[in-house]
Amino acid sequence: MKRKDFDVIIVGAGPSGLAAGFVLAKAGVNTIIIERGKFPGSKNVMGGIFYTKAMDDLIPEFYKEAPVERHIIEQNLWFMDDVSHLGVSFKSQKYNSEPFNSFSVFRAKFDRWFAKKVEQMGALIINETVVTQPIVEGGKVVGVKTDRPDGDLYADVVIGADGVNSFLAKQLGLRNKIKPNIVALAVKEVIGLDKEKINDRFQLRSDKEGAAYEMTGPFLDGMEGMAWLYTNSSSISIGVGVVIQDLIEHKTNPNDLLEKIKAHPSVAPLIEGGQTKEYLAHMIPEGGYYATPKLFTDGFLTTGDAIMFVNNVNREGSNLAIESGKLAAKTYLEAKQTGDFSSKSLSRYQDKIRKSFACKDLSMYKNMPKLLEEKRYFLTKYPQFFIDFVYDWFSVDGVSKPDKIKKAKKEFGDKFGYVNFAKDLYAIWRYMIR
Amino acid sequence: MNLEDKLYLLGYNINEEESHLGVKNPDECKICEKRQCTYVCPAKVYEYDTKGEFLSINYDACVECGTCRIACDNISWKYPKGGFGVSYKFG
Repeated sequence: MKRKDFDVIIVGAGPSGLAAGFVLAKAGVNTIIIERGKFPGSKNVMGGIFYTKAMDDLIPEFYKEAPVERHIIEQNLWFMDDVSHLGVSFKSQKYNSEPFNSFSVFRAKFDRWFAKKVEQMGALIINETVVTQPIVEGGKVVGVKTDRPDGDLYADVVIGADGVNSFLAKQLGLRNKIKPNIVALAVKEVIGLDKEKINDRFQLRSDKEGAAYEMTGPFLDGMEGMAWLYTNSSSISIGVGVVIQDLIEHKTNPNDLLEKIKAHPSVAPLIEGGQTKEYLAHMIPEGGYYATPKLFTDGFLTTGDAIMFVNNVNREGSNLAIESGKLAAKTYLEAKQTGDFSSKSLSRYQDKIRKSFACKDLSMYKNMPKLLEEKRYFLTKYPQFFIDFVYDWFSVDGVSKPDKIKKAKKEFGDKFGYVNFAKDLYAIWRYMIR
Repeated sequence: MNLEDKLYLLGYNINEEESHLGVKNPDECKICEKRQCTYVCPAKVYEYDTKGEFLSINYDACVECGTCRIACDNISWKYPKGGFGVSYKFG
């Protein structure tokens, strides 16, 4: 008889693996989650804003119990050069009511808590174990090899929730080598700061309210990237992510870049007096819709960062991971009814992913990575022009406002050309909005 | 705070017996133009020894992001053995 230790083996205790484990264990499926870290969350990193809905659907009002930091009531987008920032800000009391749109969270704390919930549902989680490769018999994934002695495990289905490096999908031939232009490296610091100081500096009325800042523009020296600053309960998360290809070409060390951002005159006062508690690094999938690998094969499904399920424009990742984990689990439950775990049966997972809101979002932005790769100046020359114009506009220097507009019009024409500008607007419309 | 002090804040469990990082073909490093591994790594794990003409790999400091293996095909990379490597408090 065919060996079977579990119904499902999940590789990786991140948001997608844990979500899949939760749904499966709740349905009475004999599930094991294999995690390489000391505890679930110990290797996990994110920015970290966590959108509530996917998790709240899974565990209603989870935030009343889970280790969350602050719910976000204010979002800022800053275009920065070396000495200025030009920003858009949105703050609303609508974000101050339950179930809250998003929270700042720490993955190491949150995932540890989430894992306990999954265990309570009846799943087994083993830590400090690396899955080294899938076991394939007769063209079908039947289990995994681990780095433990006699560590082979067998199951009906293996779910590869093994993160952005996704060795399982590679070993199974579901994806190609990850190229440096479709993945970013993000580095982050957690900077400890008194709650009251955070409340004062960010104009928050309690230590439950939080603010978020995203920063891009010419200060990144023409690299495609985004910096961020989020308020936690008694610390600040500050970080920057840059496409690896750009780091290579610009000969830039990510930690040096982070230090440059921390020293920026618009940023430095926000973190002043803080004490660095942790320094972290993690890769972020940036390829979007077209970079998604094949999602399944016989006896195998893959989820989360491993399928590059990340919406960078709206900085959604962990919520999409949870969504994909749930869909993988549901696919298994459907397949279980007929006992058919073939590629054909598991292809329902792809249909589910395609119908999800997340995939529609990714589809809408599908040409954006290419657009930004071709037109890096979207993040440099245009913002710089507007920063300079706003500076000039607010400067009272004896030059009349009509003359300032005339000068700006001429400069704009010389720098970009109105025809090119129209073309760029069309490209944005065509690639992003349509 | 310099990078060394930042890395000092992290909890590592070092596998003294085995490095999880390596170079596939050391000769390629000798003629490599950019040596991007020496600057893209957020923990500055890689340093080129110009005298000895080899890539020195301080795998103890690795934070397991995988950037080096994306940036260079000549790097051999695997996860540290279960339970080893970096552990984050916050994440």
